[in-house]
Amino acid sequence: MTTSTSDAASRFSGRQQSPLQRLQGLLHSYPWVSPLVILIVSFIVFTILNPRFATAGSMGLLFQQTAIVAALAIGQTLVILTAGIDLSVGAIMVLSMMVMAALAKDGGMPGPLAMLIGLALATGAGLLNGLLVTRINLPPFIVTLGTLSIFTAIALLYSGGSSIQASHLPDFLNALGNGFSIGGLRLTWGVLLVIVMYAVVGFILSQTAWGRYVYAVGDDPESARLSGVPSKRVLLQVYTVAGLLYGLAAWALIGRSGAATPNAYPQANLDSITAVVIGGTSLFGGRGRLVGTLIGALIVQSFAFGLSLAGVNQQYRVLATGILVIVAVGIDQWIRKVK
Amino acid sequence: MAPSKLPLAVDHIPSEKRHVYDAEPILSGRDLRIQWGHVVGLDGVNLDLYKGEVLAVIGDNGAGKSTLIKCLTGAYQPTAGQIYLDGKEVDFKRPQDAREAGIETVYQQLAVIPALDIASNLYLAREERRPGPLGSVLRMLDKKGMAKRAGDSVRELGIQTIQNMNLAVENLSGGQRQAVAVARAAAFGSKVVVLDEPTAALGVKESGMVLDMIKQLRDNGLGVILISHNMPHVWEAADRIHIQRLGGCAGVITPASHDMGEGVAIMTGAKKLTQDTPA
Ligand SMILES: Nc1ncnc2c1ncn2[C@@H]1O[C@H](COP(=O)(O)OP(=O)(O)OP(=O)(O)O)[C@@H](O)[C@H]1O
Ligand SMILES: [Mg+2]
Repeated sequence: MTTSTSDAASRFSGRQQSPLQRLQGLLHSYPWVSPLVILIVSFIVFTILNPRFATAGSMGLLFQQTAIVAALAIGQTLVILTAGIDLSVGAIMVLSMMVMAALAKDGGMPGPLAMLIGLALATGAGLLNGLLVTRINLPPFIVTLGTLSIFTAIALLYSGGSSIQASHLPDFLNALGNGFSIGGLRLTWGVLLVIVMYAVVGFILSQTAWGRYVYAVGDDPESARLSGVPSKRVLLQVYTVAGLLYGLAAWALIGRSGAATPNAYPQANLDSITAVVIGGTSLFGGRGRLVGTLIGALIVQSFAFGLSLAGVNQQYRVLATGILVIVAVGIDQWIRKVK
Repeated sequence: MAPSKLPLAVDHIPSEKRHVYDAEPILSGRDLRIQWGHVVGLDGVNLDLYKGEVLAVIGDNGAGKSTLIKCLTGAYQPTAGQIYLDGKEVDFKRPQDAREAGIETVYQQLAVIPALDIASNLYLAREERRPGPLGSVLRMLDKKGMAKRAGDSVRELGIQTIQNMNLAVENLSGGQRQAVAVARAAAFGSKVVVLDEPTAALGVKESGMVLDMIKQLRDNGLGVILISHNMPHVWEAADRIHIQRLGGCAGVITPASHDMGEGVAIMTGAKKLTQDTPA
C-alpha cells in the first residue's frame, strides 16, 4: 500500500509527469476545459474568415439559434449522466408545442393555462420514459426509440399535420420570441429563460444531494444502491425532470419559429446528443458538467453559423459537426484512461 | 416477538465475556432462505449476533457468506425466514432501510462510487446541508464540513496516506478504497457493523489497524460481523465463529473450542460438528 500511495502522491503533486499526462489529468478533473478551448479557437478562426462573425448582431443571432438545442441538451445531459440516452427529446418538445398551440387556438384557452398543460404533458411523457426504464427495466435506448415514434405520431395525428401560425396564438405563447437589445446585442426572453434553466439545473447538479445521486447512479448503479441511494427513484426523477425541461423548450420554440409546426426541428435528438458529447459528458455516465453542454451547444451552432458566414457549403458544415463528435468521444476515451 | 436464543456453548466463552451473552441478541436471522431459479443461495440459516461481540463468518468460496450478510442488511430479500433487530422483526426492503436502523455494511464489492470524491462517498445518501436558509431552502450541501469530518473519520482509522478528501475515489489504490469503505461503516454504524472481507486488499499494517478498529467497535458495545478468509485474523479478532458451508450453517465454534485446523476441516466438510455439541 505504501508504494501505491507514493505513486498516487507523485501523480497529484504533478512531479514526474510529462506535459501530456498533466494535460490528461487536468481534462479529467475539468472535462469542460477542452470544449471551451475548441469554442474559443473556433471563434477566432471564424472571425478571421469573416469579421462579421464577431459583431454584436451576429452574436445575438447565434444565441437565439443556440437557445432551443441548448435547452433540450440540459435534459439530455441529465439522462446521459445516468448512463442513459434520450432519443425522444425532439418528439416530446414538438408534441408539447402542438398541444400548447392547439389548446390556445382551437380550445380558446388563455395562453398561460395552455402553456402549463403543455408543460405537464411533456413532464408526463418524461415520466413515461422513466417508468419504462425503471419498472420494466428496458434499456433507455429502446424505450426512447419507441416513445420517439409514439410521440411523433401523436403530435401529427393531433395536429392533423398542419401548423398553427403565431398570429393565431395569444401573446403569452409567443412572448419568448420577443426581447431587448443591449448595445446592438439582441437577446430574447427565450435566451434568458435558457440561461436561467442552466443556472438552476447546474446549481442542483453541483450543490445538492440529488445532484450527487445522479452522478452516483450513472457511475455505478449497484454501488449507489448498496450505499443507500434510491437508484430507481433518482432515475425516474431524471427522466421526469428532463420531460419538464423539454416542455420549456417547446414554449421557447414557438416564440423562436413564429409558429407551431408538427415537423419542426427534425434533427433535435442528434443535435442535443452532439452538444452533450462535445461538452465533455461521458456517454458511459457519471462524468461531465452541465456548463460543458452549454459550451457544446454553442460550438455546434457556431460551426454552422461561422461556416455559413464564411460561405462554406451546408454539406461541409454537417461534415465538420460529424468530425467534432468523433474527436470529442475520442478525447473522452483518452481522458478516462487516467486511473 | 423475539425468537428464542440459539444454543450457546457457554463453557468456551471466557467468564469475563459471559455477560455479553446474557443479554438478548442485537441481530438475529431465523431460517433464512434465498433461491435464484435452481440455485440455492441460503438453505435455512440461523444466526445470533450479540452486542459487544465479534462474530466471524468463515466458509469456502461460494458457501453463501456474502449472501447471508446481504440478506441481513437489505441488499437481498430472502425468499423465506425472519430477521430481528433488537428483538423486533424487521423487513429491510433496501440497504438504506438497514442503514437507517443502525446497521452499516462494507460489502465485498466495496460499494464506493469511483467518480465521486472521498468525502462524497463517506456521506453518500446521508449528506449534510448548510445551516440556515442556504441549507433548508436551497438545499445546499455543507461540502466543507463534510470534507473536514470525513478527514477526521479516515484519520481515526489510522490511515495517514489519504490526505485530500476531495480526491476522486478512482485515484485511490485498492487498499485505500477499502479503507474508505471501512471508515464509512465505522463512522456511521450505531448498532451493528458488517464487514465482508475488509482486509482482503490491505497491507499488514493497515490490516492491523482495521482489526484494532473492529475490536474498538466491539468494546463500544456494537455487534460486529466479520467475514474473512484470513484464519489468523479470525482467530485473533473473533469471539465466536459461524461456519458457512454449501448455503447452510455447519456450526458455530469459538477460538477457544477449536483451533484453526479444526475450523478449516469443518469448513471444508472434512470434519462434522454435531448438532448437539454446539460451541
Ligand atoms: N444474485 C445472485 N444470483 C444468482 N446466484 C447468486 C447471486 N448471488 C449469489 N449467488 C450464488 O450464491 C452462492 C453463494 O455466493 P456468495 O457470494 O454468498 O459466496 P461467498 O461465500 O461470499 O463466497 P466468496 O468467498 O467467494 O466471497 C454462489 O453459488 C453464487 O453463485
Ligand atoms: Mg463473498
